[in-house]
Amino acid sequence: MNAETVPWVALVGNPNSGKTAIFNLLTGMDQKVSNYPGITVEKKLGTGKFNDGTAYHLLDFPGTYSLTPESFDERIVTEQVLEWIHGKNPPAVIVSVVDATNLSRNLYLTTQLLDLGIPIVIALNMMDLVDQTEKLDASSLKKWLCAAAIVPVSALKKSGFNKLQEQVRASILTKPVNNDIFPLEVTKTLETILMPITSLLYTKLGYTPRLAAAQALRLITRNSTLELYNKAIQEGQKINSKIVNELEHLRTVAIKEIEKAELKPSSLEAILRYQWLDANLAQDRSDHTNQIRKINANEKIDQILTHRWLGPGIFIGLLYFIFQSIFNFASIPMDWIEAGVNWLGKGAVTLVPESNFRGLLIDGIIAGLGAILIFLPQIVILMFFLTLLEDSGYMARVAFMLDRGMSKIGLHGRSVLPLMSGYACAIPGIMSTRTIDNWKERLITMLILPLMSCSARLPVYALMIGAFIPPITVGYIFGLQGLMMVVMYFIGTVTALILAKIFSLWIKSEGKSSFVMEMPPYRMPILRSVFRQVFIRAKLFLFNAGKIIMAISIILWFLASFPKTDIIGDQPAIHNSFAGKIGHAIEPVIQPLGFDWKVGIALITSFAAREVFVSTMATIYNVENAADEMVQLSDAMKNDLNPSTGLPVFTPLVAVSLMVFYVYAAQCMATFAIIRRETNTWKWPLFMIAYMNVLAYLVSLLVYQGGLWLGFS
Amino acid sequence: MTVGDLHRGDTAVVKSFLSGLDSQSRFLEMGILPGVELRLVKIAPLGGTIELKVRDYYVSIRHQDALNIVIEN
Repeated sequence: MNAETVPWVALVGNPNSGKTAIFNLLTGMDQKVSNYPGITVEKKLGTGKFNDGTAYHLLDFPGTYSLTPESFDERIVTEQVLEWIHGKNPPAVIVSVVDATNLSRNLYLTTQLLDLGIPIVIALNMMDLVDQTEKLDASSLKKWLCAAAIVPVSALKKSGFNKLQEQVRASILTKPVNNDIFPLEVTKTLETILMPITSLLYTKLGYTPRLAAAQALRLITRNSTLELYNKAIQEGQKINSKIVNELEHLRTVAIKEIEKAELKPSSLEAILRYQWLDANLAQDRSDHTNQIRKINANEKIDQILTHRWLGPGIFIGLLYFIFQSIFNFASIPMDWIEAGVNWLGKGAVTLVPESNFRGLLIDGIIAGLGAILIFLPQIVILMFFLTLLEDSGYMARVAFMLDRGMSKIGLHGRSVLPLMSGYACAIPGIMSTRTIDNWKERLITMLILPLMSCSARLPVYALMIGAFIPPITVGYIFGLQGLMMVVMYFIGTVTALILAKIFSLWIKSEGKSSFVMEMPPYRMPILRSVFRQVFIRAKLFLFNAGKIIMAISIILWFLASFPKTDIIGDQPAIHNSFAGKIGHAIEPVIQPLGFDWKVGIALITSFAAREVFVSTMATIYNVENAADEMVQLSDAMKNDLNPSTGLPVFTPLVAVSLMVFYVYAAQCMATFAIIRRETNTWKWPLFMIAYMNVLAYLVSLLVYQGGLWLGFS
Repeated sequence: MTVGDLHRGDTAVVKSFLSGLDSQSRFLEMGILPGVELRLVKIAPLGGTIELKVRDYYVSIRHQDALNIVIEN
């Protein structure tokens, strides 16, 4: 397929307008997910097919309320739009997703897009939820907006999408022209003041009259718009610094005149645009007064979910339920996977003749991958619940309830969602901090986010808890194993919050903080979309983690198996291997934490990714064990005795110490890379690595030595 | 009077913004501007944040920002 002949379509809309669901429905399973480790994420690219079988590319942009850049996410959209204006690969059509239950605010962005002169097809989402008493005249809407088409759709009922694609196709073929006249009612005085800027944009940059008027107004409104023009020069768009300097000069003059006319430059665009929108909408909607007094179903639900006492209680209860179910629901599929891996190992023993290669295959690859595969069910369960919470709209309520507490420790209500996604994986969490406008709050959120126990720690916790924490019940209802798991998540989270406060005292603030957050309507999560997201995450986990684990398992197998030496006394050969030597070399450093040389090797390998710990231990024990069949990792750890003392190497105390180490340690290359990218300097990732690893060592030391002193073993 | 002085269930019409409001453009682009009617839905459990209904949607803002939004009497 030639990229140049395939037209591309942009998908733009407000946050919570159902954009992502529409993207998923249009692109089916063809979506290229490039939003994971190291790769740029801002936009999601997918391929859709028209009814006649021809393909088109669909680019999903971050949700934005307007083309005035406020947050980082909005900047991305605005910068992109400026590129289109200056002729750099504009889309054939823009699909503007509009929430029909919330017309005026959604259409604000649509009308800004209409200024661009690119055909706009409006996807009027959630038409099925519009109050039947308020008749909405879509054809009238299309007429005064001058959109290429308006198509009512419902992402939930999957209706209207054939029609939508038809209209997009038609617009690509016919290239309908929008109305060329700027529709907002601008007074004569204001028009005169703006004229020098408008005509400059029109004559020197070739904007249409409508676009010139719109951009002139936006330049007056926001200084950041001018910054974007400056950036456009650097990127080599067809604009030069002479024009921008002239714009800057004209802007200063115009702002003075506007202030003289007793108008506020900063609120001009919004006021004029909403006036125009509201007046026109009033004609289209027969009965739309008193809207703010209506108490809808969401508000009734919130009377419970954000209730003064019930609200926080329900939130804590939900978290507890999720972490318990990670243990309870996952055990059966975990047994299946374990059986499957064993079967595979046995099969390899019979099929492959005895050789170095068989050792590598069984002890290195199968043991390493199998050890990690077994935790997939738990990761899937965690992802499932987090996606459910996010898609249902509940997370915004959590931010609302917790903003007070968050702002006290230097964070923001919007930090809650990234921090919670950190339980799944730090990477998407760090990326979603872009919705936080204030740089200081965003930076702190990023720095503490890796302390939220991610799903890569889950295998480590699960292994240690499963093997060394007895499955007893405490206080009638709490399983000790599940409780232990909650404790691990809890200490990571609490430490993160304390550190946030400490960091906020010494990181300098740029700009002030604000909190304006929409409370999206509760939506029944579209299960298809939830499963899909979980599936994509699981796939990425398996492939990305799998690649690293595979590579490290193979290297480790070599290091652990060579040089081949004769067994000296009762010491297995692995002691004299390269890996054994490395492990023994660092053993003195980690012995105070309760770790032996095998754990030492695993600590080194898991610097790349935490889950590698499990596969490393599996490989080491399998190499150590001279027999042909694979050893069960948790059994091997339980039976491992220290040759000099005859005592078990792993005890419940060692297990706790090890888990605590993993709570704090910075061990994920992908996280370092993403923080480097988001902060644009190595300073912050290096700082993060330093503080986390120092913390890991100290707390682990405290736990182990304190535990010994208290008489635990 | 400002939005910060409203009680639960009160409605009011926005008159103007005081200069202390940091995120004025965010309010504006979301359609919270002079002439618009709003209702105070609730105050967050820990305080500090309030929930408003404005136009067709619900939005939460900080109490300190609400004190900078003047309402008509």
